[in-house]
Amino acid sequence: MATTTSPSPVATSGPQPQGGSSGGILRRMEVDPRLFGMLAALAIIWAVFEIWSDGIFISPRNLWNLSLQTSAIGIMATGMVLVIVTRNIDLSVGSMVAVIGVTMALLQVRWLPDWLGLGNPWIWVISLAAGILLGAAIGGFQGVIIAYVGVPAFIVTLGGLLVWRGVAWALSKGQTIAPMDSTFKLLGGGGNATIGGTATWVLAGLASVGLIAALVLGRRRRVKYGFALRPIWADIVIGAVGTAAVLLAAWYLNQYYMPEALARRFVEQSGGEYTGQQIPLGLANPVVIFIVVGLVMTFVATRTRFGRYVFAIGGNPEAAELGGIKTRWTIVKVFIVMGILTAISAAVLTARLDAATSGLGTLAELYVIAAAVIGGTSLAGGIGTVPGAMLGALVAQSLQSGMVLIGVEAPIQDIVVGIVLVVAVALDSLYRRRVAV
Amino acid sequence: MTAVTDAPVPTEQRTPLVQMNDIRVSFGGVHAVDGVSIDLFPGEVVALVGGNGAGKTTLIKTLSGAHKADGGQIVINGQPVTINSPRDARLLGVETIYQTLALADNLDAPANIFLGRELRTRWRTLDDTAMQDATYKLMARLNPRFKNFKAPVMSLSGGQRQSVAIARAVHFDARILIMDEPTAALGPAETEEVRQLIRQLRSEGLGIFLISHDIHDVFDLADRISVMMTGKLVGTVNKDDVTQDQVLAMIIAGKHPEEVTQADIEDLHR
Repeated sequence: MATTTSPSPVATSGPQPQGGSSGGILRRMEVDPRLFGMLAALAIIWAVFEIWSDGIFISPRNLWNLSLQTSAIGIMATGMVLVIVTRNIDLSVGSMVAVIGVTMALLQVRWLPDWLGLGNPWIWVISLAAGILLGAAIGGFQGVIIAYVGVPAFIVTLGGLLVWRGVAWALSKGQTIAPMDSTFKLLGGGGNATIGGTATWVLAGLASVGLIAALVLGRRRRVKYGFALRPIWADIVIGAVGTAAVLLAAWYLNQYYMPEALARRFVEQSGGEYTGQQIPLGLANPVVIFIVVGLVMTFVATRTRFGRYVFAIGGNPEAAELGGIKTRWTIVKVFIVMGILTAISAAVLTARLDAATSGLGTLAELYVIAAAVIGGTSLAGGIGTVPGAMLGALVAQSLQSGMVLIGVEAPIQDIVVGIVLVVAVALDSLYRRRVAV
Repeated sequence: MTAVTDAPVPTEQRTPLVQMNDIRVSFGGVHAVDGVSIDLFPGEVVALVGGNGAGKTTLIKTLSGAHKADGGQIVINGQPVTINSPRDARLLGVETIYQTLALADNLDAPANIFLGRELRTRWRTLDDTAMQDATYKLMARLNPRFKNFKAPVMSLSGGQRQSVAIARAVHFDARILIMDEPTAALGPAETEEVRQLIRQLRSEGLGIFLISHDIHDVFDLADRISVMMTGKLVGTVNKDDVTQDQVLAMIIAGKHPEEVTQADIEDLHR
């Protein structure tokens, strides 16, 4: 055990409260115990790999890579929550990644340069917009078949899994399409595609201010209506732990520095002289995209009418229908959102690989669904959270990367991830039966 | 002796809230509802009773907008209306509490009460605080014992769930309430809780159609009783003019009260 500082909020919140007494404290703080359980699971996984890897796992370099690897799956998992909450499933996202990735690559490499000239600054904008439109169109198309024709989502998207992979292959003629536009590549997070150390601190500062503002505003609203208030100490603890976690994460990840060649170029480009300075890379761009997507999707799920309807449909479709909700159109919209998020992930993956092939995103659907389910989304519908799925993606990716790091063979990795998925759902259903929620 | 009332005695002078005239609904060749006429006045509970398949639920669904009538006319407050969807019915002040309650079990009471009609802030986001506040006020009036405002309604008792369904119906200025088997599947204390609620709503001037199998509910709550059998109206009687046995005979034998003989009643008790 080399280090005790980890950017996980768990590590800063002291010992893991388990069992009866903590349940009371958590309830009074109005913290979701399942979210807390997931943080605890994550802490255990990290600790085990830290010991097993002789202190490499919780190094700034590895955690930085972990954050980057989590992004693509995590972005899609935030949408998969809504899909599963409405009692549907989307098995086609991996194949959609391929067809969207190949399309965006072809636009940049073949189609647009002929028309606009190579290196035109509009190329990446048009490619990305076209990819997002394609994602929305595919999602909407599948959604219409599911909601209006009445074919089960499992079948429609199973068909999509085969169809879109095939279309990707046909479009790419089985070739690798490369290289990507240089601006587009910034979406991928490799090399210099990071926001830098200062911006990372600014982002962490904004996040802290935002958290505290949300707590204060929430309190004010409750006071205005004369509602019972959460005890002030609970708000303070939540604010302090949250802020500390964010700042600690920023500080820790900022200790991952640019490789020497990149640092030299960076310093010399800004007119200085390179004397072996250590320059933090800062958060990778996909991680920032992931965080922004997570915030937007949390907002959509909890603060908008659309989000409320998604959960109502999952809880009781007939009640939603009788309440005057356009349930079918809402489901189509859910699949459109899933398609857009898939396109964003496809852009990230294509940019990171600096190429697209028809094999891009293979098995991604399973990792995305696993992330949502590990994150507490119920396949029976009606229950799930976006932050839970984001954490679920981090848990799944931690296992995956950890096993790669300590040299576990690929088939064994699959066995472990498979078992963890089943155990996570089993624990969750046991918990639900116990508290009857 | 009893009288079959075409117009109820105490409310003769007023305009009925609802008049359903000669309503017909067929499924294929089957006449589920065959030329039924009933009415409802403000501050009145009209019970709709009859055996399984008598057509009570189908009839009332034409008023709640869940089903279209094939013939007949619905008049609300003296105005002929067309009801094609639950939304139409709501706009006319008709609210329905289904036997299944139609609650989203994973959402809390305020979310259910405002389902489909959410309050929003000026940023067009959900105003959960305002909805919670409105729910507090609503429950203070309807059921002061209601406590669990933030728990998913699946964790509430049957009576409390019924309270949520009723609160949802009355919050939006409903004038006509349709209740389908409100006390089925409730314990004695909860049944009393719901009955109290119905009395409260009647005293506030709402008109209530009560569909029930429970003859005790019917006699406890209803002002008038409309009996249906095989899609036809057997008759409508004032509760105070009839005995439970006479109503049972209407339900089972399909006879008007004045036709019910002592032998029929003895049959019931055999």
